[in-house]
Amino acid sequence: MDVKLSKKGTTLVVRIMEDMDHHSAQYLRQKIDSEITKATIKNIVFDFTNVNFMDSSGIGVVVGRYKNVCKLNGKAAIVNANPKILRIFEMSGVLKIIPVYNSLDTAISSMCG
Amino acid sequence: MQLVNEMKLEFMSKSNNESFGRVVAAAFASQLDPTVEELADIKTAVSEAVTNAIIHGYEDSSGTVEMICRLYDEGIQIIISDKGKGIEDIELARQPLYTSKPDMERSGMGFTVMESFMDSVEIVSEPNMGTTVTMFKKLKS
Repeated sequence: MDVKLSKKGTTLVVRIMEDMDHHSAQYLRQKIDSEITKATIKNIVFDFTNVNFMDSSGIGVVVGRYKNVCKLNGKAAIVNANPKILRIFEMSGVLKIIPVYNSLDTAISSMCG
Repeated sequence: MQLVNEMKLEFMSKSNNESFGRVVAAAFASQLDPTVEELADIKTAVSEAVTNAIIHGYEDSSGTVEMICRLYDEGIQIIISDKGKGIEDIELARQPLYTSKPDMERSGMGFTVMESFMDSVEIVSEPNMGTTVTMFKKLKS
């Protein structure tokens, strides 16, 4: 699983670079959680620009991390998910709780304030 | 319906075979010249069924997942089966958001995704004998 993590202030930007399924979800979850524990992270932005495929395993990863940042009074956002991925998020009700943006900059600036 | 082609694949219940299974199904289906959209639907449904076999069917044990794909003039039939622990209550398992593994952050959307991406989904299961999921997708091409 290839994932790029970067920090913008208190926001963790997670750039997923591969298909998101149950196999990659395990690694991704561990990687993000250890970053949140060691750094001063409050918010999380999932950048889906490079993700072609996601099954329902992705829902657990995103919602699980959303719950974690909520405990820190933080926010979560989804960026650039393709229509197929959005359909899976929509079916499970994720889009009612996590906003979707078309650009990473807009998502990051929505985290402040 | 006229059978055009058929294949059968067996692989170990390892999570890195989830992508292998869906890619093979999509490659085989491409003989029917489906749209990009249809291929993506097939990949997603197969990924859900194979994942279920691995994490629910066999849990922590190891076993074999079988996938049969049949191409017909009207569409594709995909049968994914395991010889794992089976499903006690199929109706409950089909419910959106129901999961027997919330601790693993499973969303409980697997069967719902299969049903919405394919035209039909049948589940046959018996406790301690295994589960077989038979799916069909009509292809417009």
